[in-house]
Amino acid sequence: MTVLDSKIPEGPLETKWSNYKSHVKLVNPSNKRKLEIIVVGTGLAGASAAASLAELGYKVKAYCYQDSPRRAHSIAAQGGINAAKNYKNDGDSVYRLFYDTIKGGDFRAREANVYRLAEVSTSIIDQCVAQGVPFAREYGGLLDNRSFGGAQVSRTFYARGQTGQQLLLGAYSALSRQIGLGNVEMFSRHEMVELVNIDGKARGIIARDLKTGKLERHFGHAVVLATGGYGNVFFLSTNAMGCNVTAAWKAHKKGAFFANPCYTQIHPTCIPVSGDYQSKLTLMSESLRNDGRVWVPKKQGDKRKPQDIPEEERDYYLERKYPSFGNLAPRDISSRAAKEACDDGRGVGESGLAVYLDFADAVKRLGKSVVEARYGNLFDMYKHITNEDPYQTPMRIYPAVHYTMGGLWVDYNLMTTVQGLYATGESNFSDHGANRLGASALMQGLADGYFVLPYTIGDYLAGEIFTKAVPTDHPAFVEAEKAANERIQKLLSVKGNRTVDDFHKSLGKIIWEYCGMARSAEGLTKAKGLLKQLREDFWKDVRVTGGAEEMNVDLEKAGRVADFIELGELMVNDALQRNESCGGHFRVEYQDEGEAQRNDAEYAYVSAWEHKGVGQEAQLHKEDLVFENIKLATRSYK
Amino acid sequence: MKFNLKIWRQKNAQVAGKMVDYVIDNINADMSFLEMMDVLNEELIRKGDEPVAFDHDCREGICGMCSMHINGRPHGPLRGTTTCQLYMRNFTDGETIYIEPFRADAFPIIRDLAVDRSAFDRIMQVGGFISVNTGQVQDANNIPVNKADADLAMDAASCIGCGACVAACKNASASLFVSAKISQYALLPQGRIEAKERVLAMVNQMDDEGFGSCTNTGACEAECPKGISLTNIARMNREYYSASIS
Repeated sequence: MTVLDSKIPEGPLETKWSNYKSHVKLVNPSNKRKLEIIVVGTGLAGASAAASLAELGYKVKAYCYQDSPRRAHSIAAQGGINAAKNYKNDGDSVYRLFYDTIKGGDFRAREANVYRLAEVSTSIIDQCVAQGVPFAREYGGLLDNRSFGGAQVSRTFYARGQTGQQLLLGAYSALSRQIGLGNVEMFSRHEMVELVNIDGKARGIIARDLKTGKLERHFGHAVVLATGGYGNVFFLSTNAMGCNVTAAWKAHKKGAFFANPCYTQIHPTCIPVSGDYQSKLTLMSESLRNDGRVWVPKKQGDKRKPQDIPEEERDYYLERKYPSFGNLAPRDISSRAAKEACDDGRGVGESGLAVYLDFADAVKRLGKSVVEARYGNLFDMYKHITNEDPYQTPMRIYPAVHYTMGGLWVDYNLMTTVQGLYATGESNFSDHGANRLGASALMQGLADGYFVLPYTIGDYLAGEIFTKAVPTDHPAFVEAEKAANERIQKLLSVKGNRTVDDFHKSLGKIIWEYCGMARSAEGLTKAKGLLKQLREDFWKDVRVTGGAEEMNVDLEKAGRVADFIELGELMVNDALQRNESCGGHFRVEYQDEGEAQRNDAEYAYVSAWEHKGVGQEAQLHKEDLVFENIKLATRSYK
Repeated sequence: MKFNLKIWRQKNAQVAGKMVDYVIDNINADMSFLEMMDVLNEELIRKGDEPVAFDHDCREGICGMCSMHINGRPHGPLRGTTTCQLYMRNFTDGETIYIEPFRADAFPIIRDLAVDRSAFDRIMQVGGFISVNTGQVQDANNIPVNKADADLAMDAASCIGCGACVAACKNASASLFVSAKISQYALLPQGRIEAKERVLAMVNQMDDEGFGSCTNTGACEAECPKGISLTNIARMNREYYSASIS
């Protein structure tokens, strides 16, 4: 029944990728010059792909909505990037990185893709060092590593707390070089608003110049989406303000299946929401849980100052529930436990949506200077934002959305279900299953862009060498531009009473409440109705100011929120059909004493949704996950 | 809290702009500066007016997109912060706040507070890289780097490319930005190979973009949200002179 062909190469896991590379079709240099590739997004996945493809000789056009490709949100990643270098001689290997990633993803990722990711991880570090990325060094001049969650080895490379910034600036430098050489044409402050398909193949995009508002038609023999995740569907997340699903969603509406949309990751240690005006959330490094103790008052509605609550009236709930892991319980578990405490009326702070992360014991045990040496910069950051001193009073933290594992369905070649349309990095679904491990997002973005796509795209383009560039007055371009324009006009013509942000906040509340850390059939069914209503209200009552042909920030946001509402409906459907709990998807009906209960017999598949029209039920396709090398096991942290 | 805002409004690059007065009330001291601007924009939209256009994205001080000139200083009154890291408790109730775009000939205004900083990208395109293609490289640990040099390179590489240095400088010089990139590569063995070509190309491009000359006032360092040091400019000058005479 399935129409999905994952195109996993034959042969043993360890040799699949090298065999693939030896037999993949090639495009000769003179033909590469005639082939044009569109790359949307310039984060780690997009910038690395655009630069590498241009180096190979293809004609590349790259697009980003920011004012410069250097600003993509990969830049905000702090911790590090994993690679199976085994520089520490501590027993790391490609297989171990592969296994940790599959297990971390709660056995819901495709073996062959993850193995390839682990395999190319080592080349990424080599590439970045050669580009001048200033990784942390030891005194002997060699590279330093740190350890990270979900692993027993030190395999994380880092550049202070700014690893994402340095890796992105490395990719940006490679991209800049190719722009300077004339091999990449760069379109900053441009947003993709339509995909153009001709005879079932992706052949271009319609982009809106955000400076002038003008719609432009761009042809490509292939189109690559490297457009990031959709965490901003929740309104509040650790994503940048402009992060959006629009490009991926337009592709979805033109035939690209959307996979596992309900797999979202909620990070347990963020600075909590302080008021209705709040626009985004800030992550505090998870490492704080090494020495901080998480607690809430035992009594509901206890409004005393934390210092005034005696020891016996505090509930150190992680230590109580998970004695063997305590405050270091994994992300999904810790996040859910915080939510439960707050739902129980025991949350702290003005909003009641926070828990304490207390360092009083650590200061007593280690002394202030040791705590300062370990976490000083994080304490400063916290104080700067909240105006509270964590040496004096416990930090208040709360979980926040920060990564989405779901995304466009892709095969082993990273091609979507639309011929010639690729999705890379966070915008695809392929490598993290139902839960991503720390320091793996940077690895995947760069693996896709530097080392996977440059090979796999050739396999497709080898068959396109006789395809002439399609003139952009082709009816498919005209029609796509017309559709984009009509939608813009429609947004401007509603002239209703509610602002775009107002709708976005309503959307965020619904998704957070019913499709956030804990989900139930009852809640999801309710959310379905609420979202349908919200979509209808949006198109009846939204107010968008200004005009189409000018810089119009209100209009930009309106288009993105309209797409987020439709995506929200799909997320809820996906969460509803998955009658199990796994990774970031926790259905309250499926638990065993609070632990996620996976159902491998019935749900070891990727859900890939086919769009059937707005307001119509999308059609579910299933890609069965076959585990040939790994034995499925249960995770327990008690 | 209540504030009198004087904000630069300009529809596009072709028409003249002017300062416009707004009064905003019921502002929470814990709001960030940009959230205060969000509140203002929501009010404007509800009244049927067009919101103030301003650049912003990550709102955690790392993307370098936000760019306001607040009370005569790029990124406002606090040291070592971007505009998005500024909070309303850093201002006094009833205060008048002047909000303008970064001003420099090389940063033309697009609309209101948003300016065009693509000159920075063009400087990077002529030399802000090490010429190495994907896959050509050796094992990472075959290039050992002295730790002190690596740390200095990292200090320089922390630049977020926001342009505050240009906005702060009376000459609108881009020397701090350009020197940060030149220093990063000059300090690393990988970067030495093209050091001469790089510094000549980037400095020439900086001049061609219409940035002014450096007269060592140090305003750039004082206003840089990432604390990029003036010594980078000295290093750039040394690289430039040695490249010019050899």
